[in-house]
Amino acid sequence: MKQFQYLRPATQQAVLDVINKPGTKIIAGGTNLVDLMKRGVATPDKLVDINHLPLKNITITKTGLHIGALALNSVVSENDLVAKKQPLLAMALKAGASPQLRNMATVGGNMMQRTRCGYFYDTTMPCNKRVPGSGCGAYEGVNRMHAIFGGSEQCIAVHPSDMCVSLAALDAEVIIAGKKGERRLPFTEFHRLPGDHPEMDNQLTAGELIIGVEIPDNNFSKNSYYLKVRDRQSYAFALVSVAAALDIENGIIQHARLAMGGVAHKPWRLFDAERSLIGKPASEDNFKQAAQLAMQGAKGYGYNSFKLKLGPATIAEALKHAAGLV
Amino acid sequence: MEKEESFHGPDIEPDVEDSSRRNFLKQSSLLTAVALTPVTALKAAEMRVDDKVASVFEKLPLKMEVNGKQQNLSVEPRSTLLDILREQLDLTGTKKGCDHGQCGACTVHVDGKRINSCLTLGIMMNGKKITTIEGLAKGDQLHPMQEAFIKHDGFQCGYCTPGQIMSAVACIREGHAGSEQEIREYMSGNICRCGAYPNIVNAILEVKDGGQTV
Ligand SMILES: Cc1cc2nc3c(=O)[nH]c(=O)nc-3n(C[C@H](O)[C@H](O)[C@H](O)COP(=O)(O)OP(=O)(O)OC[C@H]3O[C@@H](n4cnc5c(N)ncnc54)[C@H](O)[C@@H]3O)c2cc1C
Ligand code: FES
Ligand code: FES
Repeated sequence: MKQFQYLRPATQQAVLDVINKPGTKIIAGGTNLVDLMKRGVATPDKLVDINHLPLKNITITKTGLHIGALALNSVVSENDLVAKKQPLLAMALKAGASPQLRNMATVGGNMMQRTRCGYFYDTTMPCNKRVPGSGCGAYEGVNRMHAIFGGSEQCIAVHPSDMCVSLAALDAEVIIAGKKGERRLPFTEFHRLPGDHPEMDNQLTAGELIIGVEIPDNNFSKNSYYLKVRDRQSYAFALVSVAAALDIENGIIQHARLAMGGVAHKPWRLFDAERSLIGKPASEDNFKQAAQLAMQGAKGYGYNSFKLKLGPATIAEALKHAAGLV
Repeated sequence: MEKEESFHGPDIEPDVEDSSRRNFLKQSSLLTAVALTPVTALKAAEMRVDDKVASVFEKLPLKMEVNGKQQNLSVEPRSTLLDILREQLDLTGTKKGCDHGQCGACTVHVDGKRINSCLTLGIMMNGKKITTIEGLAKGDQLHPMQEAFIKHDGFQCGYCTPGQIMSAVACIREGHAGSEQEIREYMSGNICRCGAYPNIVNAILEVKDGGQTV
């Protein structure tokens, strides 16, 4: 690992004062960054340890649930307020990584984790995300884990997070601090598609710090489900995952939220499929139709073409679980 | 973290520190740098690394409690907790399997919580309490989980075992050993190439059902 200078600022202001300098990176749990540094994919000159900032709170606000950027994935997944108000988030977190990693991983770090694309990780391979302009190894290469939605010729990597899929489905907001103050972004707009700039994963600019997320109150807690399909039952990244949340009254769907993981450069919200379910009975047939609608525009690249079938099957299954039909 | 005051290095306003070092280095010859920090600076000099030499190759003080004993160490910021335990403290019970968070062989407890020491920078452990496999037994008396692993043949080659046992103890303490299925899920962060899984689960079930404090 390349040497670096280690800084441990005590206040948010002190963090903001240093993180906009080139070569400077924030470290939270370290589970992604240290891995990437060992492989020479990330080579910061300075690491800014933010673990001393008071950003671990999980609190009820006027409109929802606030979760600090430094709250641990394990703590959030076991928190009573989360279990009661946003069980979908708890399910998604528990489906991610391992108990040990969840004891280290933070909410902010989880959002900022980079793709697990093998070409991104292998510094001897071309990768536009790692070295802009070097080409995409996956486009015509081994792309079994890769995107079926929203890819570009420059990059078909996927965002690997489970937590983020649930937060996208739940209409969360990201709270960001910068030198000029705070700003908020809808979670669905935080991560971006690769386009011609796959090196940029999201909308966070140099010098900004994620301080938390807020999830608005909803009526989904009774009928939500996170379904993750992977190569082994646990401790593996998603091939395809689906976060499904339904608000059902007398058998009729009032509101629906659906997002997919493992299929795009960002958590992929299925807005059309959601709309198609409103006012309909919560039935297997309706779920299958919504799942077909969700797949419009999907594209396979060879090794990952199985996701074109696995995708809709997973959506329908997740909806059945959410509706209590399984 | 509590013992902040005793840890000045990285806490000071970074730029002040940075520029004073830079100036110092600009004034000093590379030979002086070599005299100050032998091996690393020598390599840097050979590679013609610039004025960052001093600030980046500096070792930092690290105070942590390991298995009940206070340790005052001097570490490179890039040293992982795993490497510090094994190489500086000679606690080689904790194993390096993958070194990338993918196997669990390096599992230790930090302030009572299980983590992967291979993805943990040692310097971030300042003021923390670490427990490794060496810290479980009380003198010659093995920890109940160690006894149970022996009784149930919870291993073959034994390479994953220290990590499995640290994880197993945490699994019970967390309240995640309620059923065989739950144990399997909450032990999934520990891979065993020898496939001792059924016996590991039995060992954990026995300790759990025995109701002993772990
Ligand atoms: C073997 C393995 C398996 C895994 N499996 C899964 C899985 O199945 N599902 C899943 O979802 N994840 C999985 N993960 C990924 C894991 O969830 C992430 O590594 C973790 O969430 C990152 O959080 P962290 O706090 O450790 O981040 P760090 O490694 O500390 O940081 C990651 C990035 O985020 C930036 N950052 C951190 N905090 C902030 C902040 N507040 N503001 C701005 N930038 C910030 C850092 O600068 C860095 O670039 C796995 C990881 C490993 C190693
Ligand atoms: S050595 Fe740490 S998880 Fe494999
Ligand atoms: S006993 Fe050999 S790897 Fe587990």
